[in-house]
Amino acid sequence: MNSILYYPGCGVADQACSMEAAARGALAALGWEMEEMSRWNCCGTVYSLATDDLMRHVGPARVLARAQDAGHERLLTLCSMCYNTLKRAERFLTEDRDRLERVNAFLDDEPDYTGGVRVVHLLELVRDEIGYEAVEEAVQRPLAGLKVSPYYGCTLTRPRSAGIDDPENPRVLEDLLMALGAEPVSSPQGVECCGAYLTATSPEIARRRAADISRAAAAGGAELMVTSCPLCQYNLDTRQKEARGASGRGVPSLYFTQLLALAVGADPAMDEQVIDPRPVLAARGLAVEVKA
Amino acid sequence: MSTEQDNIRIYIMGKAYEVPGGLTIMKAMEYAGYRLVRGVGCRGGFCGACATVFRRAGDYKLYADLACQATAEDEMYIAQIPSVPAERAPWELSELAPEDNPILALYPEVARCVACNTCTRACPQELEVMDYIQAALRGDIPQVAELSFDCVQCGLCAMRCPAEIVHYHVGQLGRRIYGAYRAPESGHLAARVEELRSGAFDQELDKLERMSKDDLVELYRKRDVEG
Amino acid sequence: MAEQLRLAKAVLSAQFARRVEELSGQSPYRCYQCGKCSAGCPFADSMDMLPNQVLRLVQLGDEKVLETGAPWSCASCLACEVRCPRGVDIAKVMEAVRLLALRKGESPVTLGSVPAERLPQIAVVGVSRKMTP
Repeated sequence: MNSILYYPGCGVADQACSMEAAARGALAALGWEMEEMSRWNCCGTVYSLATDDLMRHVGPARVLARAQDAGHERLLTLCSMCYNTLKRAERFLTEDRDRLERVNAFLDDEPDYTGGVRVVHLLELVRDEIGYEAVEEAVQRPLAGLKVSPYYGCTLTRPRSAGIDDPENPRVLEDLLMALGAEPVSSPQGVECCGAYLTATSPEIARRRAADISRAAAAGGAELMVTSCPLCQYNLDTRQKEARGASGRGVPSLYFTQLLALAVGADPAMDEQVIDPRPVLAARGLAVEVKA
Repeated sequence: MSTEQDNIRIYIMGKAYEVPGGLTIMKAMEYAGYRLVRGVGCRGGFCGACATVFRRAGDYKLYADLACQATAEDEMYIAQIPSVPAERAPWELSELAPEDNPILALYPEVARCVACNTCTRACPQELEVMDYIQAALRGDIPQVAELSFDCVQCGLCAMRCPAEIVHYHVGQLGRRIYGAYRAPESGHLAARVEELRSGAFDQELDKLERMSKDDLVELYRKRDVEG
Repeated sequence: MAEQLRLAKAVLSAQFARRVEELSGQSPYRCYQCGKCSAGCPFADSMDMLPNQVLRLVQLGDEKVLETGAPWSCASCLACEVRCPRGVDIAKVMEAVRLLALRKGESPVTLGSVPAERLPQIAVVGVSRKMTP
C-alpha cells in the first residue's frame, strides 16, 4: 500500500467530508492510502497577493513546516483552493531566502521549514503516478457513457506557475473521466470562475455565474458536472438552484472523487445535495443511495 | 546573582521597586505597596483575574502569565490587564440545534485566524489555543471542548490576537454545545435522576429536613469520611 | 463613462502609482490598454469600472480608484493574469488597491453581515482575508 501525507483543509474536514470519504475509498482500490497530518491549520483559503505581506503566509508555512518535520516530501490535497494556496505560498517563501528566514524566525515554535515539500493535488497523483491505465483496470462499474462536464474553476490551473494543467485547455479531468468510462463534455465555461468567496458578499454574482456555467455545460449535452473544490461545489449546487428557482431542474454536480469512487467500486459517499444527481446516475444504471 | 533572600528590582508600570526574591508577581506588587482591588481574585491560578504581561531585561519577547502564579524576577517589567473588553455574542443554548456549528456564525472573526500562534504563547495555562480556534473554524466541536477545557478566561489571548478573536468566548461556546448536545450521555446520571424523580430518596430527605440544626451538626460531625 | 476625468496636477499623484506598484509588484505602465483582461473577466458586468479602467486610473495616479466598487467584485480568479499579453498580474493590482483602502481602515464588508452559518468556511475565510482590514 502506497502512502502519502494528506492535508484535508477546513472545507473537506467539515461539509465537504464526502469528497474525502470518496477519495479514501477510491484510493484504497488503487492501492494508496492518505495519512492525515496529525495537527494542521487552515491554509488561509486565498493566497495573499501583496508583496509585503508575510503574516498571511504564516498559516501555509506552518503546514509545510509540519509536513517536512513529519519526514514527508509530498503533501496531498483534495481541495483545489488549498492546493493553490499552499503551492504558491511554498514558492513565495522559498524563492527568497530572506522571506524564508523571517517566517522561520517568527515560527519559532515550529521546526524550520527549509523548502522542498511538494504540494500535490490528487488529480496530479492520478495522472502522473497512479496512471490512467491503472485507473481503467480498477474500474468495476464503468460510467456507461455518462456525459460529464469537467468544471475546473480557477485554482487548479492558474497561475501557470502553480497550475497542474494548461489554463485555457486543460485535459486532466477529461482524461480521468474517459478512463472511468464517462464521456467528457468540455465547456467554454469550464475554466471560468464560479465567484468563489464573492458568494458571501454578493450572492447574486455567484448565482449568475452558476447559471452561466451550468447552461454552458447543458448546451454541450452534459448531464452532470464534476468539481474539485468545495466552494465551487457549493456555488454550482446551492447558487445554481437559487438562480434557476422552481422552473429549471439544473445540472447536478459531484466531486470528481465521488465519480472515481463510484467507478472503481468504492463508496461514492453521496450526500444530501440541493440539486440531486441521483436521477441522472440512475438513468445510466448507476443507482446510488445517500447514506443516512 | 541574587539568592531567594536577596532583594530584586522589578518595574511595575514603569516604576522601580526593590522586593525580596522568590515572591509571585502578585505578592511582589503587594510588597511594593500596591493594594489590589482589580486584577486579583482566587490567588490560586483558577479565576483568571490577574492577567499580567511582562518583559525580561535584554529580551524582546513579551510574556504573559497569571500574577499569582508567575515568580517575579530581577529586572522584570510588569503591567497588568485587569479587564479585557470582549463582547459575548448572544446565544440561547436551547435554540442551538445539536447538529449546528453556530460558532462561525456567532463569532465570524474566527475566520480571520492566521495561525500565528500568538494566543498559544500568551496562555498561562499552556493550552493549545490556536488549535482549538482552528477546530472551531472547521466545526470540530469535541476538539474545541477538549483543548479549551482548562481555560480560566484570563483574556491574555484575546488581548494579543492580531485577528481580534476572543478565544475564551469561542471555547466556552464550544464546551457548552459539547456538554449539552455532543458529549456521550452519562447512564449513571440519568439513572440517578430517575431514582430521585420516583421518590427513592424522599424519605431520607424528609428526615433531614425535619432535623434540628444541632442534630444536623452532630450528624455531620459523625459522618463517614473516606481515607 | 459619464464622468470627465480631470487631469489637474493636484489630482495626479505619482506617489499613488508607485505605492500600487510596490504593493503589487507589477508595473502598471506595462499595460497598453488592450482590454483582454476586461473581456475575459467573469465579473466585469458587476463592476462599476472595468479592470483595464482601474489600471488606467492607477497609471494616472488617481486615488479615486480607491472608491470604486470594482476591486471588491474581483475574485482573484487570475483569468486576466493568464491572458495579459504584457504579463501584468491585474489581480495583484486589484489586491493592492483593496489593501490601500483596507489599510486606511476602510472596508466594504463587516464580517457580522456575512451569513456564516449557511456558507462554507472557505467563503467566510476568503472574505475576511480579502475584504476586511
